[in-house]
Amino acid sequence: MSHFLKDKTAIAGIGLTEFSKKSGVSELSLAAQATLAACEDAGLSPSEIDGFVSYTLDSTDEIELARTVGANDLKLFTKVNYGGGAAVGTILHAVMAVATGVADNVICYRAMNGRSGQRMGQGISGQIVSSDLIHWSWYMPYGMLTPGSWIAMIANKYMHHYGVTSEDLGRVAISQRNYAQNNPRAFGYGKPLTMEEYMASKMVAEPLRLYDFCQETDGGCAILITSAERARDLKQKPAVIRGVVQASTQGQEQMTSFYREELDSLPEMEMAARLVYEQSGLGPDDINAACLYDAFTSEIIMQLESFGFCGRGEGKDMVREGALDIDGRLPNNTHGGLLSEAYIHGMNNIAEGARLVRGSSTNQPKNVEHVLVSSGVGVPTGALILGQD
Amino acid sequence: MAKSFRMKPPMGEDNGWWWQEAAEGRLAIQRCTQCQTLRHPPRPACGKCHSLEWDHLSASGRGTLCSFTIMHHPQFPGFDYPLIIILVDLEEGTRFTSQLINCAPEDVEFGMAVEMVMHEDPDGFRLPMFQPATGAAS
Ligand SMILES: [Zn+2]
Repeated sequence: MSHFLKDKTAIAGIGLTEFSKKSGVSELSLAAQATLAACEDAGLSPSEIDGFVSYTLDSTDEIELARTVGANDLKLFTKVNYGGGAAVGTILHAVMAVATGVADNVICYRAMNGRSGQRMGQGISGQIVSSDLIHWSWYMPYGMLTPGSWIAMIANKYMHHYGVTSEDLGRVAISQRNYAQNNPRAFGYGKPLTMEEYMASKMVAEPLRLYDFCQETDGGCAILITSAERARDLKQKPAVIRGVVQASTQGQEQMTSFYREELDSLPEMEMAARLVYEQSGLGPDDINAACLYDAFTSEIIMQLESFGFCGRGEGKDMVREGALDIDGRLPNNTHGGLLSEAYIHGMNNIAEGARLVRGSSTNQPKNVEHVLVSSGVGVPTGALILGQD
Repeated sequence: MAKSFRMKPPMGEDNGWWWQEAAEGRLAIQRCTQCQTLRHPPRPACGKCHSLEWDHLSASGRGTLCSFTIMHHPQFPGFDYPLIIILVDLEEGTRFTSQLINCAPEDVEFGMAVEMVMHEDPDGFRLPMFQPATGAAS
């Protein structure tokens, strides 16, 4: 028997703002622009939108956005926690609502002045003694305040265990930067990257160099979820949602799951893989392209293993064989990803997933039946499989 | 070194006691009094047996280096860079995040033996750091 959520809903519209280092407009404006663009893309009036889902980190509340774009009465409004781990989670909440008839047309959005406003790497602070703050306080006094430092701790162990080299990380950065050369929206457009430049770039938190880090971006992205049936009557070819899940494992922390026995795998991503394959009835062999979450290059190599595209420790071999490139086994982040297009917290990777199903990527691989998209790494996360109608 | 540059941990009911132990020179490890499981970071209940009752023991300070990162950027005021942050597998069995001192960045190695040194800031704030083992830790 197939899963209740399988094939019930689809991405009918995607909307993006311009990406920049200084938008000059409010985050609410970015969210509104992205939402209106997603509705325009789908050919559906904003007055039909009856649900909004975003990230707890997003400053724009659902009702502010609803009034701004002239949405309908809202039957669903919610925000998902854990930074980039929320990306695919927003889709799950929208899918559950639409599949059960709670809402009809839901916008998932993320809009941020991520460079000119509050930057992600600025560190953590605060005075309220919440359990979350106590969590961060085991790292604050030591000066371990940035996402790069938390990810580096896991990456170093993983690379040491499996013999992953700096060049392997460089290969990921370069593969995605190459894709950006065909994507005028991308930060990396017109800025190709060589291995020499990668290796010469400044060390930030060993083993991670500058080019192992994602962008900081001002911009917004919105994804319109509706029923698969309704999507067929709209403007775009539907990207049908075969499976979508959230996953958080025992011992899970936010960014610093340092206390599990093994540090050289991603248990929450393995769980997401198991659940999303189960829900969709698909496996790694059915996936033709991916948009794996890429705040840091090391995360791509680890996820190849989590999602079963290869065995433990073999992610580097896939990368060396060119698996991530356009003619490789698994073209990945064909828009440039968070590393080379923009950092809209993973929402722009979901948009590219829909484009790959539509056949409209600026780097469209041949014969894409199914695309895998994942949420943040090292945090409670999720996975999404999109497919042809 | 500038004084009181360090972000002080907020002291809540679930962690304040641990910093009090550090202030008195000890690296504490929380222990479930029902099933004796050790846990770090501290939490109000035991994930194994669900007991709310706990006490703590003082770690020997000996351990091995599980992983590390050497931080170069961004540089926060007051810290010395490159800053070596480590995960230590304590011999009691729990893992602890700390700073490695008295060690050149090129000498850091996975699996190296380390020992705790209780560091004290100019303002009197104390926190456990580690250095390569000398065999002198008790
Ligand atoms: Zn217990």
